[in-house]
Amino acid sequence: MIQQLPFIYFGGMALVCAILVVVSRIAIYSAMALLGMFVHVAGLFILLDAPFLAGVQLLVYAGAILVLYLFVVMLLNVHGRGPILQRQTPWAIILTLLAAGEMGYLVLKSHFYPKLPAIPHPSVPTLGNTETIGMVLYTQYLFPFEVASVVLLIALVGAIVMARGRGGVSQG
Amino acid sequence: MVRKGAICAEGIVDNADVNEKGWVLINDLIGALVVMLGVLFVVLTMIAYLTYLERKVLGFMQDRLGPMEVGPWGLLQPLADGIKLLSKEDIIPSEANRAIFRIAPVISLVPAILAFSVIPFGHDSFGFQGVTLHPYIADVNVGILVILALSSIGAYGILLGGWASNSKYSILGALRSAAQVISYELTAGMSVIGVLILSGSMSLVKIEDAQSGGFWHWYIFPQIVAFVIYLISGIAETNRTPFDLPEAESELVAGFFTEYSGMRFSLYYLAEYANMIIVSSVATILFLGGWNPPLPSLGFIPPVIWFLLKVYFFLFFFFWIRATLPRLRYDQLMRFGWKIMLPVSFANIIVTGIAAYFLER
Repeated sequence: MIQQLPFIYFGGMALVCAILVVVSRIAIYSAMALLGMFVHVAGLFILLDAPFLAGVQLLVYAGAILVLYLFVVMLLNVHGRGPILQRQTPWAIILTLLAAGEMGYLVLKSHFYPKLPAIPHPSVPTLGNTETIGMVLYTQYLFPFEVASVVLLIALVGAIVMARGRGGVSQG
Repeated sequence: MVRKGAICAEGIVDNADVNEKGWVLINDLIGALVVMLGVLFVVLTMIAYLTYLERKVLGFMQDRLGPMEVGPWGLLQPLADGIKLLSKEDIIPSEANRAIFRIAPVISLVPAILAFSVIPFGHDSFGFQGVTLHPYIADVNVGILVILALSSIGAYGILLGGWASNSKYSILGALRSAAQVISYELTAGMSVIGVLILSGSMSLVKIEDAQSGGFWHWYIFPQIVAFVIYLISGIAETNRTPFDLPEAESELVAGFFTEYSGMRFSLYYLAEYANMIIVSSVATILFLGGWNPPLPSLGFIPPVIWFLLKVYFFLFFFFWIRATLPRLRYDQLMRFGWKIMLPVSFANIIVTGIAAYFLER
């Protein structure tokens, strides 16, 4: 029980923050709650002996992506005054039921099958965490990795086309 | 390389019974606490006296004396400033978002102080009655990532403070700062990768160990490009001149902390100086060999002294730049960051990677 306290704290706080993201009526508060969630998920990674993932989690999500969110929210000066759910109520119900079903299935499955160990995979400690991820990423999962980067590239090109396409004149 | 303290601690744990194990744990705890308090005390004092040093250095560069009135040569000036700031009225604008306005300076300062936990100040750990004192709080094996991540979290303090003040100048300063920090953080992170390729580790202690034995082993020589990029990005990330657009007083009054007063204002100020020390320390560790003496024969001078000497060299460089260069224009700053610094840092990674691949075979 005492060993699980950190997990309960980080997992619980991540959940609370995630709920706050959805419930808050002020966009800035949502963004702050999201920051809290990222930090606590990074804590979970550290508990799993994956400090590299924790660092990257903070650096990429908290350090870059969320700052851009905040940037947009502040520039647009968003005021959330309407009801939380607008036209998407039926979709929200369907998707929530689906997600709940999936989670319930996973919980039941882990109840009947032997539980996954809470400790990291035995192959990890022989190499450093960073080296292991690098090796796996560039050998075993090379193709999906490259596909992901191509998808990102397409998104970048698309964003530039959309931003410049209207006038057709570049600003230099 | 395993640290001495770690070896003896493990040895004791292996052949000891439960009782002694408990004592080792308590001793480790005491050692860690002492080091934490020590680092905190030293860092806060350093920050306070950095303000004095900056005013003195700027004064001498502009042919005047700087603070002279409080104490001999004005040495007690930081203390007087601290008392003044603490006793000032804490004004919160009536239209401000009070909660975020109050917490934003703290969000700015805490990550800056936290980053000191992974910086190794010296080489030898020494023991005292079973309590081992390390020259660092933690030797994390992703130390450099921790520092980069924490410095990116510090940007939230600036953004939120500017937004919560509900003032045009504050929000403009905050937006400028956020854009600047994102752009230059990227180049700072990219410039570090060259050093990581050469040292084969992300632990700051191991990076320092890899540069031992004379100044010709320092990474500043193979990584001179990365060094220059890191230094420029570091100055930009700490919002110092010539990149101090977020607080450009001629356009934005004081930028994101226009509405702040008293102790909350000084928290922002302290965060800026803490970040300066962090950037200087990381530049020292990555490129100038950290605590390693320039010549092996100079090893009789303690490593801590070497480390501090190099850090203060960079801090002096910060002041020097401030006294010398004018401020950039905003579009120049962005163009320089994305169109020059980023491609050059990419090129540096590719060249370093290829060279490391062929030279190691």
